[in-house]
Amino acid sequence: MLRYLIRRLLAAAAILLVITVITFFIFFALPSDPALLACGKTCSPSRLAEIKHSLGLDQSFLTQFWEFFKGLFVGRDFGDQSVRVHCGAPCLGISFQTDTPVLSTLLGDFPADLSLGLGAAVFFLILGVGLGTLAAVRRGRAADKAAVGLALLGVSVQIYFVGLLLLYLFVDKWQILPASGYTPITQDPSAWFQGLILPWATLVIVYLALYTRLTRSSMLEVFAEDYMRTARAKGLSTGKVVLKHGLRAAITPIITIFGMDVGSLIGGSAVITESVFGINGIGKLAVDSVQNSDLPVILGTTLFAATFVVLANVVVDVVYGLVDPRVRLG
Amino acid sequence: MSLLTSPQPAAAEPAAAPFLDVRDLRVHFPTEDGIVKSVDGVSFTLEKGRTLGIVGESGSGKSVTSLALLGLHKGTRAEVSGEIRLDGRELVSLPERDMRALRGRTVSMIFQDPLSALHPYFTVGAQIAEAYRVHHKVSKKEARERAVEMLKRVGIPQPERRVRDYPHQFSGGMRQRAMIAMALVCDPELLIADEPTTALDVTVQAQILDLIRDLQEEFGSAVVLITHDLGVVADIADDILVMYGGRRIEYGTVHDVLKEPQHPYTWGLLESMPQITGDVERRLNPIAGSPPSLINPPGGCAFHPRCTFKGWVSGGRCAVERPELVAVPGTGRHLAACHLTPETRQEIRVRTAAGAAQ
Amino acid sequence: MTAADEQEQPVSTTEPTAGEHLLEVTGLTKHFPIRHGIVFQRQIGAVHAVDGIDFTVGAGQSLGLVGESGCGKSTTGRLVTRLLEPTAGMVVFDGEDITHTPENRMKEARRNLQMIFQDPYSSLNPRHTVGTIVETPMRLNGINPPQGHKKRAQELLETVGLSPEHYNRYPNEFSGGQRQRIGIARALALRPKLIVADEPVSALDVSIQAQIVNLLQDLQREFGIAFVFIAHDLAVVRHFCERVAVMYLGKIVEIADRQTLYTRPRHPYTHALLSAVPEADPDGTRRRERIRLAGDVPSPVDPPSGCRFRTRCWKAQERCAQEKPPLVRLAGNPDGHLTACHFPEEPSVEARKEDIVLDPALTASGDSASTSA
Repeated sequence: MLRYLIRRLLAAAAILLVITVITFFIFFALPSDPALLACGKTCSPSRLAEIKHSLGLDQSFLTQFWEFFKGLFVGRDFGDQSVRVHCGAPCLGISFQTDTPVLSTLLGDFPADLSLGLGAAVFFLILGVGLGTLAAVRRGRAADKAAVGLALLGVSVQIYFVGLLLLYLFVDKWQILPASGYTPITQDPSAWFQGLILPWATLVIVYLALYTRLTRSSMLEVFAEDYMRTARAKGLSTGKVVLKHGLRAAITPIITIFGMDVGSLIGGSAVITESVFGINGIGKLAVDSVQNSDLPVILGTTLFAATFVVLANVVVDVVYGLVDPRVRLG
Repeated sequence: MSLLTSPQPAAAEPAAAPFLDVRDLRVHFPTEDGIVKSVDGVSFTLEKGRTLGIVGESGSGKSVTSLALLGLHKGTRAEVSGEIRLDGRELVSLPERDMRALRGRTVSMIFQDPLSALHPYFTVGAQIAEAYRVHHKVSKKEARERAVEMLKRVGIPQPERRVRDYPHQFSGGMRQRAMIAMALVCDPELLIADEPTTALDVTVQAQILDLIRDLQEEFGSAVVLITHDLGVVADIADDILVMYGGRRIEYGTVHDVLKEPQHPYTWGLLESMPQITGDVERRLNPIAGSPPSLINPPGGCAFHPRCTFKGWVSGGRCAVERPELVAVPGTGRHLAACHLTPETRQEIRVRTAAGAAQ
Repeated sequence: MTAADEQEQPVSTTEPTAGEHLLEVTGLTKHFPIRHGIVFQRQIGAVHAVDGIDFTVGAGQSLGLVGESGCGKSTTGRLVTRLLEPTAGMVVFDGEDITHTPENRMKEARRNLQMIFQDPYSSLNPRHTVGTIVETPMRLNGINPPQGHKKRAQELLETVGLSPEHYNRYPNEFSGGQRQRIGIARALALRPKLIVADEPVSALDVSIQAQIVNLLQDLQREFGIAFVFIAHDLAVVRHFCERVAVMYLGKIVEIADRQTLYTRPRHPYTHALLSAVPEADPDGTRRRERIRLAGDVPSPVDPPSGCRFRTRCWKAQERCAQEKPPLVRLAGNPDGHLTACHFPEEPSVEARKEDIVLDPALTASGDSASTSA
């Protein structure tokens, strides 16, 4: 198992390296010039060159990449004699726009995504698996049709629609909840919770569909297995047969997708939800950085998100091993 | 046309009710194409300590019959009718709740492929212990001890260690032993074995069959063995029920059915099988055609489209009139469902034997 | 079954060009490497699937390979047809050494060397019509029969007992037995000299099994095709093959003509195997010896030293662990009966005074077995 874990982590590092190179290269090939953007409207050629130099954009692609790569492990210093910014390892560079190290910006925004993504994930996993199991047990009957219909509805609506609708109903019309947004949990746990209820609900509605259907089909597959018949032949109650023997086997493929979803959600993929509810998260940061051609921030957010997806993959594999003894014990 | 009137072979003492008494069992599955009559009027009896072999090819209804004995069709689309009396208790009409109390305890089952019949994510010991705890109020530890004891009884070396293994860590033969241990953990009175050795190698098959026989002697249970292999029934069963297209076509003691077979289908099965001894040059005599449709079975005798001897019956009766299962004259306990007269059968068998000897 | 309708010349009239055997296998070995490692995989062992076996098959003859799962019989079939490349040893087919012939030069040999598989469901492409399936080998090998591909394919369908009208149908419209017939028609398309049949009837019902066995027998007699017939069913092999080789853990432990092997076996494993076969005769079992082995076949990754059967053998002595028994003709055995055993059994399968029951869970004096001489 340990050997396997090491191998997986090494592979994950390799993937991240490849992603770094590709992102770097794509940005380098872009036509827009960040120095020009930073220079502003009254820009002279000498000022432009100065900015280019201070941003390191006058160096070759390889040098720039090497500097960046080195920064990841030893940190780097930016600027010239007048302004000097130190960026400690692991350095993802400093924002062209704000001159602050990218990592600290990311870490500042991260708790919001973590709260949003993890919280929503817990709800949609439990609800989705529950609904899916119910649908599978009552296959073809009213409960199944209702669950499948509900799921279909969820998957066909858009986040901004659901989000705005919820905002309108709960905040504006009925005024049950305060205006949503992100308050750190350390500051005010109650406000943290209340502010996130609607964003969570939005994500749950959208993701629930997937998990209900996934669980339903996975369960139905498991129901056809011989060992389910064995479980019944032992005299176990239907509940035990379904929840102990059925769910245990059916959950495995769901874990895989769940891991991916959580990884990408906390890595900032809930960007629409963030913007609908005015949460300053990594998704929003990424969108802004692209608009501003802020290379270090683009790189930073991409790598950050990729790291979570890749790590989620490793975690999924490990959990898979824990769940399935055939993987664990070969 | 009541099948209930047909005499039962094992009912030596008609005074006492048999331990297992199945009467006119029918299991029908409604589908879009029509009703699949998997089992269509099957009756048999079985006493404790005896073994009944139910023989047939795929689609004969033998496995569906075995699942009906466990009440596993309850809660599915299958329509079950007829009677299954176990120790005087009727099971077909029994509510699922009460049936559940019998499953695994009074009636238990060994399935064909132990790798797929055991849960891959639970240890062998946990699965056996679970089967015990369903019906006994004991601690986990006691159930675990019982599992070790059972594993030891079925011949698994180092049972204290192997009890913690997962099914995939067992070999095929060991898995089937574990399955047997699980089926016997509550001392069932009726054991159903559905093709218990089909997935196994021949030397392992011999071990498992001997083990089932030994355990039956020890526990005194009744055994229903479902198989396609006449060799396996010859080895282990007391009575044989041959099924074709969801119905009984021949029923009697192992000796009667295998030594004095009466139905052309049984002849066909026997002549299709190459033997390990005897004349190697004897050509196999297969049954032509394929098994019948269960939705639109052939009229009359379900076997008649494949039967070589239907011409021996006058007036084309085989195609229109379903033959009753009746006693072979002079036996009383050997039944066959065929329009051929006993004299004609005798003549055919003499001729076939002569033909084979040439 | 209309094998007689076939117009072709029997293949058996063409003698093998070199040597007297159509197929000659010497020291055939296949080890599947087991790799392990974090970044760089290194070989830490090997599955000794087939470990140095020798046999020959003459033109028109049939050799049966029997043994239990993991004995290497299927691997042997795949090595002979070069679906796998041998680790060591030599395969000479029709006078040509095909042991390491590259794929692109196997064409000629492939024409004469066909294979039939166990699973008639998965060995036929469901998207192709029966006609396409049967014609493909001819087209691939550039064979243009005078009557044309379609006519020839329809003839082949008739040969295997199907109707020419089946030409345009798809495999899923057929039953298991019929699909196996399609597989046989495909194998026949190139008029091979040797067919390797890997468990060709074990997925079929008893009555259908007999139809296919009879068909194969007819084809063998009609066209003089030689067979390597791989099966776990000893009765079927006895019925089909003149010569039979018993395999255990990658080795041939005994080989003989069928009469000798089934009535006068010498290797303890052959005895155990034969004794385990159930007979559809309630008296037959009592007349035969009863041997019940214990435990499992050891791992082919680390097979026992010396004789591979010794860990489960009731006659094993120290010598068995130290010396590999050669496959030789024992004193008193007829020509061609070879046995690899230091302490062979008496040549008889009659019931013994005492059963040999090694399985601890079984009682030695089972009442089913005769205890009197």
